[in-house]
Order: sequence, then C-alpha cells, then structure tokens
Amino acid sequence: MESTLFRFIWRYSKRDQILLLVLTALSFPFLYLSLDLPKTIINKAISGKNIPAEFFGVTVDQIDYLMVLSGLFLILVCVNGGFKFYVNVFRGQLGERMLRRLRFDLYSRVLRFPIPHFRRVSQGEVIQMVTAEVEPLGGFVGDSIALPAFQGGTLLTILVFMFVQDWVLGLAAIALYPIQGYMIPKLQWHVNQLGKARVRNVRRLSEKIGESISGIQEVHANDGARWALAGFTERLGTIYDIRYEIYQRKFFIKFINNFVAQLTPFFFYSIGGYLVIKGDLTFGALVAVLAAYKDLSAPWKELLTYYQRLADSKIKYDQVVEQFDPPGTLPAEMQQAELEQDFRLAGPIVAANLSVLDDEGVPIVESLSLNIEEAERVAVVGPSGGGKDLAAMLLARVLMPDSGQISIAGEETAKLPEAATGRRIGYVGPTAFVFNSTLRENILLGAMHQPLAPAPDGTGDVAERTRNLENARLSGNSLDDLAADWIDYRAIGVDTEAELTKRLADLLAVVDLDGDTYTLGLRGSIDPEAKSGVAERVLVARQTLREKLAESGMEGLVESFDATLYNTNATVAENLLFGTPVGDRFALEKIAENAYVRGVLDKTELTHDFLRIGRDVAATMVELFADLPPDHEFFTQYAFISSEDLPDFQILLGRAERLGLDNMAPEDSDRFLSLPFKLIPARHRLGMIDDDVRERILEARRFFAEDLPEDLQDAVEIFSTERYNAAASLQDNILFGKIAYGQADAGTRVGEALAAVIEAENLRDAVIEVGLEFEVGVGGSRLSAGQRQKVAMARALLRRPDVLIFNEATAALDSGSQTRVMANILGETEGRSVVWALQRASLGQSFDRVMVMQGGRVVETGGFADLQGADSSALKALLDDE
Amino acid sequence: MSLHEEVELLRNIPLFCKIEPSKLKLLAFTSERLSYQDDQILFNQGDAGDAAYIIMSGAAAILIDTESGPIEVARLKKGDVVGEIAILCDVPRTATVTAKDSLTTLKVTKDTFFRLVTEFPQIAVEIMRELAGRLERTNTQLREAHSRKAS
Repeated sequence: MESTLFRFIWRYSKRDQILLLVLTALSFPFLYLSLDLPKTIINKAISGKNIPAEFFGVTVDQIDYLMVLSGLFLILVCVNGGFKFYVNVFRGQLGERMLRRLRFDLYSRVLRFPIPHFRRVSQGEVIQMVTAEVEPLGGFVGDSIALPAFQGGTLLTILVFMFVQDWVLGLAAIALYPIQGYMIPKLQWHVNQLGKARVRNVRRLSEKIGESISGIQEVHANDGARWALAGFTERLGTIYDIRYEIYQRKFFIKFINNFVAQLTPFFFYSIGGYLVIKGDLTFGALVAVLAAYKDLSAPWKELLTYYQRLADSKIKYDQVVEQFDPPGTLPAEMQQAELEQDFRLAGPIVAANLSVLDDEGVPIVESLSLNIEEAERVAVVGPSGGGKDLAAMLLARVLMPDSGQISIAGEETAKLPEAATGRRIGYVGPTAFVFNSTLRENILLGAMHQPLAPAPDGTGDVAERTRNLENARLSGNSLDDLAADWIDYRAIGVDTEAELTKRLADLLAVVDLDGDTYTLGLRGSIDPEAKSGVAERVLVARQTLREKLAESGMEGLVESFDATLYNTNATVAENLLFGTPVGDRFALEKIAENAYVRGVLDKTELTHDFLRIGRDVAATMVELFADLPPDHEFFTQYAFISSEDLPDFQILLGRAERLGLDNMAPEDSDRFLSLPFKLIPARHRLGMIDDDVRERILEARRFFAEDLPEDLQDAVEIFSTERYNAAASLQDNILFGKIAYGQADAGTRVGEALAAVIEAENLRDAVIEVGLEFEVGVGGSRLSAGQRQKVAMARALLRRPDVLIFNEATAALDSGSQTRVMANILGETEGRSVVWALQRASLGQSFDRVMVMQGGRVVETGGFADLQGADSSALKALLDDE
Repeated sequence: MSLHEEVELLRNIPLFCKIEPSKLKLLAFTSERLSYQDDQILFNQGDAGDAAYIIMSGAAAILIDTESGPIEVARLKKGDVVGEIAILCDVPRTATVTAKDSLTTLKVTKDTFFRLVTEFPQIAVEIMRELAGRLERTNTQLREAHSRKAS
C-alpha cells in the first residue's frame, strides 16, 4: 500500500486533481470580473458621465447600458454559481471514489491476512478502521490539492497587491507569519500525538464492545455486567481526557491565530498612520491596504484549517495503513489468479520438515514430515495441543508453515493460488461458520468462486448495472457482477438447476441434515404463484391425508377447517377470521383493537358476551394465579395474563363489580375484550364458549368475510379447501386443520401420517427445497452448533475436491450422528484423499491409517488394528485414556 | 369434560381431597387431559419417566415383562394414580401401562408434580401412605411366597 497519504492521492487521482486545479484556475477570471463589474455599473452606468456610450461599436442610452451591464452581472453570477456547483460535486465525487478505493483495498487486505494475525487484531478494531476512521479522508482527498492552490493563490494575489501599494505595509502584513509558521507546527505536533492516541483508544473501545457482544453469554452467566461497565468506563475516561486536552490545545492554536490576525492591524494603524502623517504614504493607499488585509484573513484562515485537517488525515492514514500490512499477507495475485480448467490436485501428499512457531517463537509444530498416498484415508489423533489441528490447517493451507514445504500431486502448495487450494482441497474446521443467508446459499458457497455466466436477461436494470460497473472500475473495486451466475455446476457435477437441487438434497443426507431440513421445510412457506406445481400437490396431499386418517380411524386427531363449523381446537380469533393473519393488523395480540373486528362483534351482538367471557376468564386467571410468585413458569406457559398485568385485572374486576360491565370506561372494558380471542375451548376446558356464542361467532365469520373492506383484504388469507394458503406453512396447508388437544400422542401420530402422505405424493424433495430456503440468522444463530458443522461439511463436499481435510469437524455432533456422518462422508469421498483430525482416537477405526501426533510431531503411524494390537503404542495409551 | 368436572373428580380422590379447590383447579388447568384408544400404550417399561397420570375415567392395565411375555399385574381405575414411581425416584418405568375402557387421564408433568408435593405436604403424606401400603402388601406377598416355598 502507498506509504503516505499524498502518494496514495497522487497515484490514484492525479488526473482528477489536475482537472480540479484547471477548473479552479478557470474560475478565477470570472470571479474577478464579477467583483469588478459592480464598480463599472455604479461608476459608469448609474453615475453615468459619458452617456450615450459606445458599447462594442453600438451607441446605447443610459437605461439600456445599465440593463446590459446588469444582465452581464446576472450571467456572471450564474457562471460563478455553476463553476462552484460543478467543482463541489466533482470534488465530493472524487473524495468518495478515493474513499471507496481505500476501503476496498483495506477489506481485500483483511481477506489476505495470515490467519494467526487474527489472534492479534480484534474484529471491532478492524471494523472501526475500515468504516469510521477513514471516513474523513474522503472529504480531505477532494480538497487536498485544489484547496491550498486556490486559497494560496488568492493569498498571494492580495499580498502582491499590498506590496505594490507599499512594501513596508506589505512586510507589516506578513511580519507575524514567520512566528505563526514556527509556533503552530510545534503546537500542532502535540495535537497530532494526542490525535493518534485518541484513534488508538477509540479502537480499544470498539474492541471492548465487540468483545462484550461475542461473550454476552459469559457476561450474563457470570454476573459480569458491572465489571464490563467498569472496563468500558475506564476506556471512555481515557478518551475523555485525551479529547479534553485536544480541545485545549486546538483552541489555543486558534487563539494564537486570531490574536495574530488582530495584531497586524495594530501595525497598520501605528506604522501606516505614522507614514501618512509624515506624508510618505497616501491616505487612499492605507485604506486600500486595510481593505485588502481584511480579504487576506479569509484565505489565511482556510489555509490554517487545511493544515490541521492535513495533519489529522495523515495520522489517520498512517495509523490505518500500518495495521493493514502484517508480514505474511498473501499477495493479491494469489487470490485473483485463475487456473486452467480441469486443474486437479489428485496425488500423493508429501510434507517435509514443517514447523510452526507461536507468538513467542516457540515451535508448536516441529519438523513434521508425512506422506499420504493418493486416495488414502488417514486419521490424525493425539492429545489436544499435540498439533493434529495445526497439521490439518497446514495441509489445507489455511495456515502457512514458518519453514518446510508441502506438496500435493507434485505441486508445492505454498505457491499455488487460492483458486487451486480453495477449490481442489476441502477443509472443515471445528468452528464452522455459517453466513447470514439461507441454508441453500450457505452450502452453495462451497462452489461459488467466480462469476461464470452473465446474469440472465431481465435481471435488474441493465443501464444501472453498467453504470455501477464503470464506477467500480474508476474506484479500483471488484468488477465481478454479483447478479451473475457464480455456481460452478461443472465442479458440482450437475448440468441443471433441478439436478443441483437433487444433489443438495443428497448432500444433506450425507451430512445427516436431511431430517432437520425437512422439518424446517414443513414450517416454511412457498409462493404458490411461483411454485404452482408444488402448491397443487400440497392440495392433493391435503385430501390424501384426510382419507388416510379416516382409513386408520384417526380422523378425530385432526379437526379440519370447515367454513360452516366451529373449530374447538382453534382460538376464538382463528374461528372468527377463518384465515391466517398477514402482518399484524389481525394478529392475536391486536385483533381486539381492530375497528372492523369490533364492528363485526357489534353486528352479531357478541360484544357484550365477549366482555362477559373476558371478565370470567380474568376472574379465573386471578383465582388460579394470584398466589403464584410473579416469575413462576406457569405464567409463560398457561396464563392469558402476564404476572405484571395480573394486579391490574384484579382492580378491573373490582370496578366491573361496582359499576356493572356495561358502565365501565372503554379503555377498561377493552382489556377484558381482548381475552376471549385467545381461548381454545378444547385446550383450556373453561366451558365459557357455549353453543349460542359459537353459533354467533360463525355468523360473525360470515359477516367478516363478506364485508371485508378493500384495504384489509391483504391482512388476512381466508381458509379455502380448494386453495393453497400462501400465508400458512407447508405443514399447515397439508393439515388444513388443528391437531386435536386431549388425544394421546396426537402430534406424533399425525406427524407420522403426514410424513407418509408427503412421501406418497413425492413431496419430500419439495419440502426439503423449502427447508433449504431457511434463513439461518446472524452467524447461523438459528442453527445449532452441530447443524452449522454439518452445513460446513456439505459445503466442502459440494465441489468434489481431490483432497478433503477435516479438523475435528464433527466435534459438536452427538456420538450417534458423528459415526453416521463420518461413515457417510468416507463413502461419499471414495477414491479421494481424506485427512481427518479426530477428537477421539477410537473414531480412527474406519480409516486406512492412523497417525498419532504428540508435541508437534508424528510419533506413530500405522493401521488402527496393528497399533491397537501392539504391545505398547501411543494409540493404545490414547484409547485407554478415553 | 370441563375444568369444573375435573376438579370435582380430583376432590374425590383421597390423594387430593384435602387440597383447596382453587389449587386443584390450577393443577387441572396446567395439566393436559388425554384420551386414549383402547390398548394404546401410555408408556413402556424401561422408558424414562417424565409424568404421572391421574385416571379420570376408564381403566389402565399394568403389564410387567417376563420371560414368557408381558403379564397383567394390576388394573387401575378412576381416581388412581399411575407412573409416579418413575418420577419420584428417577428410575426407568417399572411397568408398561396400556389403556382400557376408553381411558382418560390427566397428565401431570414431573415439574408440576414436584411443585405440588413441595407446596402441599398433605399430598406428600398421602403419597407416603399409599407407598407404605404398597410396600406392606408386597411384604405380605413375599412372606406368603416364602412360606409356600418352605412348605
């Protein structure tokens, strides 16, 4: 990276900076004219002596002359404004472009940092540097050359003018500049040092925040909040002190500057006045010089501010850049270079004399040498800290050795671009990371290395894409189109999208994630327009499930939705809506407030009944729960009323008693009114929704659907036997009813019937496909640690690499799943080399060979049975330890 | 059957007769009522125990696995409690229980059960009485078996 800010600016914006200079220079004459013209207007046109005047050979009278000059003035104002507008926009654009380039450069460096470097820099610091710290640089870049040129030029012009008037006064005007020039950099130096300290400390602050977020569970689990807050306060205190000192020094500089600016007129008055009195200087000249001096202070101030900004920007640049150049950073070509097609790394793996040093220079892997045949399956076992994990990382080239070399199929891996190691080698580590996207995209990442086919026609706005691409080019950013097709079908071994989905489903089975994805898929939903085939089959499945349940005498386990019947296993709200709420207008918590719903209740004379039922529910809840401590889990599991609201309802019940239900204040009765909507008769068994109320809820259901106003049409998706319900999950669409409460094992038995129907209707793949669209959350937080490892394994297997390296990749799986997945993967990768660093030695049985690592070297290697059978072996010791 | 009827039924069970009705109502409200088809299995011998069942109607057959197949050792009826041993002493289910005569139960989870026992010592005493009675019966049976063997 360019070592100084100005080198960076000059290298990437030379042409623009020069253009900016030329533009600035061009604007000078117009500026001068616009200052000069008023004089002509006043002196010649208004005070008018030589009127009618000759104007470019045309004789004009006074009014016309005035109008012409005024018109000219207007044009100049426009031209000046135009210049200013254009230059400002241009400058802003230039600054933004350079900032974009810098950020891109920094980020691309982060991607190339040697892995051990991440032990030293925290995520918070890096984010702080790339986002906040470089931000002011953007604004500075545009001003970096043009501003001092413009202000310097103005300053110089005025100075020349003053010297022309009188050289003594000229000298007086600049007499204090040397003092300022000497003092200010000295003072500024201190501010700069403080500025550096401030930057460092703000980074520490971000680091602290980042750390607390990553370790939030520990903070809660160990009651560490006060310790964390104290630590944060300490850092805030340091920043406060630094900032305070910066303010003091900065404003002292400002004070000096202002003082000097005020002091100079003192010389003018005293020396100038003396000269005028003595007759050595005309009075007019003194006035002119004084006026000029006033103009002088503006550019001078600008230049001083520029100087401070310059110092500030330089510090920021230097401090950021030095952090982004750690030794061992991968050259950019290693990440950009492409390979010839069909490049393979199938062949023996030979590692010679590898060593890795820790931060103190102590070897943690020492002269490690090993040979692995092509297609051999090797387990690496040993105590933790014995180096098996490092060996795996070295072979995958995730970690570079400090000495020694590795070759695969005769290629020295240290020299290969990532296009070779990151495609032909598959690596899965113990802390599998899952990105905030869908399951599908997370797995596909394993085969998305470069854009392979242009984006299909009609994707986005072509003109906009071209413009974005051009801007990216001008800022030195990536020119790869995100909308292009990045998926390497060839590497995956499929030709079409459909085959790809099939392959993904197979891979899910290999890593034992198909069951989970299936469950997620059942809970997911589809767009019936886009996937009309699936929607149709779901409707068939709905029918088949009905028949199947009836055949096996299980029809009582599901209460179907029927427009003419009250569903006792659904809430009162669901019975009234007879549909799935979309958005929150008819959501369970808000439905009682909805004006339209209230209208429907009034129409069917249900309002009073709901009020009465609400009061009874509240009374029952108070009776049941009043004695329980507020944090009792029954509240969250069973109560209609939270523990905080319970006392309120006690008061409300008292009021209802006193005033009568119908005379209560609306806000009080509203609270009662919201309770009945949540009742599920079959579950709560409170016996409060009697036949008459049910009848009228059915009537309300009809009114609700008939009169539903236009603007509420999209807030609910009404149930229909013939239509797919886009707002409900796949499972709910097939069930089309409620699993009955109070029937033993209803959930399991219906689930089994459902699974059988899905299988019979060939919907399983479709369900898995929906499951693949599951959003995994930030850092895969919606998946378990085991599921994340499974995703990472599927990702590595997807592109069919020649060498697969697993580094305790199944550590988070339960032992049953672990053996299953391991066997599946070894079967799936038949004929390819597999190196697996195992957390437990006994898992090594299914491998061709076992290597035992201790103290950073291989102490033993051989067949599992041979080593286990030997009289004394390291493997035996490990197995005995388990 | 509504909550009221359930509470009435619970009050007639010796184990619960001394508890205030509002607490019984809470017990009924927080417990799931389950209906079974005949011969449906409540739980199998050897399963981990997570709940006890109060029989509200119908009957439950207690089966113990032997070498010659399962034998029915007892039949419980309305008002009896089944499955409490496994949750009291954290052992696997000691018998298999199947439903008879349109069984309906109130399923009391382990947590609710323990809370009930700690909050209402009367229940603990009743359970002790019941268990002691069972122990006494088993001892008698053992003595009889012994003397039969001796003779």
